Amino acid sequence: MTDGVFNQSERRRQKRDPIAFILECLYSRGRSLRPVSYFGEALWRLLREVSNVFETSFNLYQTLQTCTMNSIMRTAARCLRSGAYRTAQNNGELLSVWARLMCSSSAVLKTLEEMVKKDKVVVFMKGTPAQPMCGFSKAVVQILRMHGVDSYAAYNVLDDQDVRQGIKTFSNWPTIPQVFINGEFFGGCDILLQMHQSGDLVEELQKLGIRSALLDQEKESK
Amino acid sequence: MSVTPDLIREKLSAEIGAIHVDVADTTPNRCAASFKVLVVSPQFEGKPLLQRHRMVNNCLAEELKEIHAFEQKTLTPEQWEKQKAQ
Repeated sequence: MTDGVFNQSERRRQKRDPIAFILECLYSRGRSLRPVSYFGEALWRLLREVSNVFETSFNLYQTLQTCTMNSIMRTAARCLRSGAYRTAQNNGELLSVWARLMCSSSAVLKTLEEMVKKDKVVVFMKGTPAQPMCGFSKAVVQILRMHGVDSYAAYNVLDDQDVRQGIKTFSNWPTIPQVFINGEFFGGCDILLQMHQSGDLVEELQKLGIRSALLDQEKESK
Repeated sequence: MSVTPDLIREKLSAEIGAIHVDVADTTPNRCAASFKVLVVSPQFEGKPLLQRHRMVNNCLAEELKEIHAFEQKTLTPEQWEKQKAQ
């Protein structure tokens, strides 16, 4: 991502009030106060800390279709580095906040590695478990629910184009949804479904120390 | 060149020795070019599911760039015979 993402008038606005500009991006992109992508959350937390004014008055403008989370992060990094911000904190605190931002803005692939290792079961899908936006993603959610797996990490690729493309490169797998078990790529919807039908999924979950709900159902019926 | 069922069938037969390929164009059910394939090949013998699917993905790497959704079922000849008998 380069400066080419923003046009001239946007860049002028960016220089005038960088924090407001970034917030504008987040507001218009997420249409909510808490962007749900991993980068968005990190950035949001940082901005709340460094800016004593996050309800600034600004003119809403059209959603930047090409504005990805990665580019927003880079813009934020540039702005903060240039010192063009208002802050209530002293310099010491700001440096540690800045260090945290740099850690969280590391390459998408490295972050994905962390994401898949953070939880036992990780799903990259379209939509959310409560509201899947694609039939295949919905199937994955349903299968996991049938086995009683409810505490898994679910990332909505529709929220973040970097994650959507990045995860395909990371796992060398062309489609979404993608299921990771114990940090390793397990498969997509087809594989999960086949393993569920063959009974292998119960075994896989057992290896993780997860007891499939189907086992309890079998017991009850006997 | 757009992806056609015949192209998929040809590639799978040529590159992973598929003895039987069923290709269904499921595009009407999805938002863009989508296919559902059944591939039967002796080369799948002894390979776990994920490895089989990766073989298919590698074979169709170029085509998958254009396809929006892709479903696949991979069977060995033995598994296929069993399935047919059911």
